[in-house]
Amino acid sequence: MIITVDNQAAYIYTAGHRIQHDKPTVLFIHGAANDHSVWNTQCRYFSTHGWNALAIDLPAHGKTNGVALNSISALSEWIKKCAEVLELKKLSIVGHSMGSLIGLELASKPESIVNQLVLVGTNAPMPVSDQLLETSKNKPELAYHMINQYSFSSRAKLGKNDIPGMSMQGVSIKLMQRTNPGVLHADFIACNSYVDGLSAAEKIACPTLLLLGAHDRMTPASRAKNLEDAIPNSTVKVLSGTGHALMTEQPNRITEHLKAFLMSA
Amino acid sequence: MSDHRDFKLETLGLHAGQEPDSDYGSRAQPIHFTTSYVFPDTDTAASLFNMERGGHVYSRISNPTNAVLEERISAMEGGVGGIATASGQAALHLAITTLMGQGGHIVASQSLYGGSHNLLQYTMPRFGIETTFVNFRDLDRLEAAIKPETRLIFSETLGNPGLDVLNISAVSKLAHNHSLPLMVDSTFTTPYLIEPFAHGADLIFHSATKFLGGHGVAIGGILLDSGNFNWSQSGKFPTLSEPYEGFHNMVFTEESQIAAFLLRARREGLRDFGACMSPMNAFQIMQGVETLGPRMQRHMENTRSVVNFLNDHEAVSQVIYPELPNHPDHKLAAQLLPKGCGAVFTFELKDGRAAGHKFIEKLKIFSHLANVGDAKSLVIHPASTTHFRMSDEDLLAAGISPGTVRLSIGLENIDDLLGDLKQALKSR
Repeated sequence: MIITVDNQAAYIYTAGHRIQHDKPTVLFIHGAANDHSVWNTQCRYFSTHGWNALAIDLPAHGKTNGVALNSISALSEWIKKCAEVLELKKLSIVGHSMGSLIGLELASKPESIVNQLVLVGTNAPMPVSDQLLETSKNKPELAYHMINQYSFSSRAKLGKNDIPGMSMQGVSIKLMQRTNPGVLHADFIACNSYVDGLSAAEKIACPTLLLLGAHDRMTPASRAKNLEDAIPNSTVKVLSGTGHALMTEQPNRITEHLKAFLMSA
Repeated sequence: MSDHRDFKLETLGLHAGQEPDSDYGSRAQPIHFTTSYVFPDTDTAASLFNMERGGHVYSRISNPTNAVLEERISAMEGGVGGIATASGQAALHLAITTLMGQGGHIVASQSLYGGSHNLLQYTMPRFGIETTFVNFRDLDRLEAAIKPETRLIFSETLGNPGLDVLNISAVSKLAHNHSLPLMVDSTFTTPYLIEPFAHGADLIFHSATKFLGGHGVAIGGILLDSGNFNWSQSGKFPTLSEPYEGFHNMVFTEESQIAAFLLRARREGLRDFGACMSPMNAFQIMQGVETLGPRMQRHMENTRSVVNFLNDHEAVSQVIYPELPNHPDHKLAAQLLPKGCGAVFTFELKDGRAAGHKFIEKLKIFSHLANVGDAKSLVIHPASTTHFRMSDEDLLAAGISPGTVRLSIGLENIDDLLGDLKQALKSR
């Protein structure tokens, strides 16, 4: 579906379903240089199991127009506006990587619209190396390849995809290569400059699940301990044999964890 | 930096898409000889049917053994995924019917394998899909053949029978200027000789029966997508960008801009037309794929030796091979195909049709049959077999003379191959 936010068209994947306000809603937020399609299977599952399941394309990503927003606060404000347009007062948020920081920021606000939070492949802070920041600005194609190298576990680099016949790294690089110029750099600035994540985490009142990849080299699981400690009501699940691209590497396992967490409330 | 893969072709050919079997640790890929898969519960069953989770439902649509082959060749070609089919012809048909319906139009090279030509020239028109055949060396003619209803540009990487080398980057640029995808048949080249996606092709298919299998025991095909073509932006592909009533009004480009083509091809094409590959064939073809690199290297070494031998032989009037300076695509071949121009080529005997007959009958190692791309060396005399009903005039129009002989060079010891050719030419 297309909605209008800040006078720009924003695309939200709904797995072919209309929003019904008597159902709970889960909003999936993608990471840097990605789009809604990274959440396809999870979104389709929740949409047939009593939920409004929405996977949004952030500004300048996928099918959403506009200019990329280069701060987590601006992105979380934009998500809040989307919820207002959709007349959604409470949401479960599932965010990956940069999307997890947006969820973190949203959930930390007083009278937050977030009633459940899942942070997938996350660290706070989420620093981006100077080299990768520079490369994302001047040589985005090289940056896409670097991300594709760092984002998959060694197991996944040779494949065996849950989705028959599809190449995980192949899909991942093509998705990034479709990103508009400047978007990856703006995304990385947003991640790198969000330095108040741990303070924000202390203010989160809703139940929070951290889903981490045991072989994540972008946001290592070992560096998420401070985030786990800071969030008052948090649970951590570390997925073995998985890197940073958790939904691509282990789509079925991710869905199982989301079911267990979101549907248990 | 244009390559997203951590491993080279030879390594991918052996490992991509496969992990040791989780139950028994089998190092070789098991053959999942099953039509269907037990659902652990009703919720999982419903989820699999509705694409809410990855997995297998019914082997016409997907199979674990086939999936390894699909992922493996996709990795070797640098694509986003693939679909194994019953034959190369089935792969071509699957691509066409995924992209267009009645009223659709294809611009195809005039230098095609006879089976592909038959499908496009005689069979698809019965279903309302027409093809214009042109010489792809002439880009102006190619462009002039494009109509508003054109939905696909199609050629072989090495054309039949004259080994026309496709200028992939030039033709893909032209196709993209018209918001059209370029599909190539890369059967003769395999990913060892060229990776067409890296040069701008959007779709690839192979007759896996040939070099990918290499053993001549299994028929199969594979259709691959680069993930590069923007189906939504093109506006010419409602099968991908508009709701499909046959699958819950799914809009495939909304599911994924990258995987839209393969989603529809699998969810409609395999489901409804049913030209799937048998898992036994997938396993057999995989045995060939595992050694594709070393085999192709040997194919090329042997082919170069045979080409040079024939080119110098007094009984031979012409050898048609792009590495020879007299071939029209010699320069392009040097640029695009530095590892070689395939192991299938034709040559002309000075004494015509009768000489062709005699030559073939005298060969002892070369097998006289209608196939190419086998580990064994093969020979056929088109004028007396595949094209025997044609007059000499019609043969010439098809690029075949009465003395044309086609060879597919195998992996035998080169001294034995040259010895066999020598005695067959001498005893004419």
